[in-house]
Amino acid sequence: MSLSTPTDQVCMWTLDFENPGSLATYTANGGYAALKKILAEKTPADEIIAQVKTSALRGRGGAGFPTGLKWSFMPRSFPGDKYIVCNTDEGEPGTFKDRDILIYNPHQLIEGMIIAGYTLGARAGYNYIHGEIFEQYQSWEVALEEARAAGFLGQNILGSGWNFDLHAHHGYGAYICGEETSLLESIEGKKGQPRFKPPFPASFGLYGKPTTINNTETLASIPWIMQHGGQAFLELGKPNNGGSKIFSISGHVNKPGNYEIPLGTPFATLLEMAGGVRNGNKLKAVIPGGSSAPVLPADLMMECTLDFDSISKAGSMLGSGAVIVMDETVCMVKALERLAYFYYEESCGQCTPCREGTGWMYRIVKRIEHGEGRPEDLDELLRIGKNIGGHTICALGEAAVGPVASFVKHFRKEFEYHIENKRCMVGQ
Amino acid sequence: MLSAILSPESIAQIDREVTKYPPEQKQSAVMSALRIAQTELGWLSRDTIADVADYLDMPAIAVYEVATFYNMYDLAPVGRNKVTLCTNLPCQLQGADKIAEHMQAKLGIGFNETTPDGRYTLKEGECMGTCGSGPLCLHNNHKMHTHLTTESVDKLLDDMK
Repeated sequence: MSLSTPTDQVCMWTLDFENPGSLATYTANGGYAALKKILAEKTPADEIIAQVKTSALRGRGGAGFPTGLKWSFMPRSFPGDKYIVCNTDEGEPGTFKDRDILIYNPHQLIEGMIIAGYTLGARAGYNYIHGEIFEQYQSWEVALEEARAAGFLGQNILGSGWNFDLHAHHGYGAYICGEETSLLESIEGKKGQPRFKPPFPASFGLYGKPTTINNTETLASIPWIMQHGGQAFLELGKPNNGGSKIFSISGHVNKPGNYEIPLGTPFATLLEMAGGVRNGNKLKAVIPGGSSAPVLPADLMMECTLDFDSISKAGSMLGSGAVIVMDETVCMVKALERLAYFYYEESCGQCTPCREGTGWMYRIVKRIEHGEGRPEDLDELLRIGKNIGGHTICALGEAAVGPVASFVKHFRKEFEYHIENKRCMVGQ
Repeated sequence: MLSAILSPESIAQIDREVTKYPPEQKQSAVMSALRIAQTELGWLSRDTIADVADYLDMPAIAVYEVATFYNMYDLAPVGRNKVTLCTNLPCQLQGADKIAEHMQAKLGIGFNETTPDGRYTLKEGECMGTCGSGPLCLHNNHKMHTHLTTESVDKLLDDMK
C-alpha cells in the first residue's frame, strides 16, 4: 500500500499495474488520499484554487485556458445549486485520450470531479460522454457505483457532513456538444446549439445555475496536484505549461496511440516514441492539436516542442494534444476535402456564416480534388474563411477555417497543380 | 403509451436515467430515453417519439428536435445490423477508404443503404474518439470494432446474423 500516487505521470500511471482501471489498484496506490485529506482537514477552497493556479494547469480539451483562473470565476458563495461538468465529448478528429482515462483510470477522474465539486460548492456533477463510446459510458457508471459503495459519493461523504453526487450523461452523435454551452443545452435535453456568451457558465450554466466545465484530463489531473502540490506539477512541465500531458498520435506512424509526456518535450521525441513515420517514409505535415488546429509542414513541426507556447509560435495550436501525422504519400487536397466535409456535416446550423460557409468551402475543395477546380477557387476559399471567422456564436466557425486556410497557405502549389492539371501531384 | 411499446426492462432503464437529474428536469433524460427506445425497437418512428414526449412531459416537437439533431438516432428503419465506419482523416490515413470499398463491395450496397434482406445497413460516421485504433466501426451504435482489416471485416460481417 502506497500513500501517494506515482509522480512521473499524472493520468496514465495505472498502466504499470494489474487491473489498471480498478478501484483496488487506485486506492492501493494513493488514490482518494487527496480527497480524504481535504475532507478531514476541511481544506479551504481558496487554498485548493491557489494550488491549481500554482500548477499552471491549462485546460486539456483544446483551449488551454488556465484551470485555476476558471475556477476562481465561480461564485462559490452564491446560494442555491451549482454544478461541475466534465467534458468527455471527445470528437475532435485525432483526439482519443479521454476515452483511455475512462478505461485505465476512471477513479482519478471521479476523485478529481469530487474535489472540484467540493472546491466550487457544487451539489452535483455530470460527465458528458461522447455518444460513440457507449462501452466506456457503461464502464464509467460501474466505477461510479464502486465509488458510491466506498462512501466517496452521496450523503455525508466520509463522515464530513458534505453531500455530493456524480452522474454520467451519454451523448448521441454531435461534435458541436464538445463546445461547453452546447454541451449544457444537451444535458438539459435540447438540441446542442451553443449559447451566446456572456453570460458565461460560471454565472449562468446548467439549468441556469453557476457551472464550471472542465475537460476529462484536466479534472483527472486535480488529485495529483493536491497530493504532490502545484509546484511539483508545474515542474513536470515548463513555465506557463505545467504538468505532463497525454498526446494522441495517429496517422502515418508505426505505433499510433497515447503517450503521456512532459509538456515541452520535443516533437521529434514523440515521433520516435511512436515508432517513427511508417515504412521509413518522409514526414510531410503534422496537424499538432486536433483537426481544428492549423497544419504545419514537416520542417516547422520538427523544430517545435510540445507545449502551448511553442506550437502557438509556429502558427498552430497545441489544442487537445492530438497529433495527426501525414507522410509524403498524402495528397493535401484529399486530406482537406475530408476535414472540410466534417465541419460542414457537424455545423449545428445556428449561425448563417458557419452553416452556409462550411458547405461552400467543402464544395470548392471537393471540386478541386475531383478535377473541376477553377483558378479563382483558392482566393475564394480564403475569402469565405474570412467571412466565417469572428462572425459566429461559437468557435466551430474558426475551427472550420483553420484547416482550410493553413492547408492552402502551406501547400498552395499542390492545390494549384490540382486545378491546372486536374490530378494529384503525389501518387497515393 | 411508452409502456405499451417498450419492455419493463427498458422502462426501468429510462426511469433510472430520470433519477440522475433534478426532479423538475426530467427532460434531461430525453437523449437516453430515445436511445433506449431505439435499442429495443430498431428505430424511432413519429409515434415512438410522441410516446417518449408524453412519458417525460415534453412537447412532441421538442423530442423530435432532439431526435433529428443527433446523428446516432435512426428516424427510418435500418437493417438488423447497422455498421457505421469512421472515414475521418486519421482513420482515412490508416486505411479506412480501403475498408469502406471492401464493405460496400462485399455487401453490394453504398453508404446509407440497406441490403434487400434487411440484414445490414452501412453508414459513414464521424470521429468516434478512438483514432489510434483505426480503421474502426460501430455495430448498432454501441459495440466498437477496431484495427479493421479486410480479413477481420469479412469475419465481423459474416458473424452478424
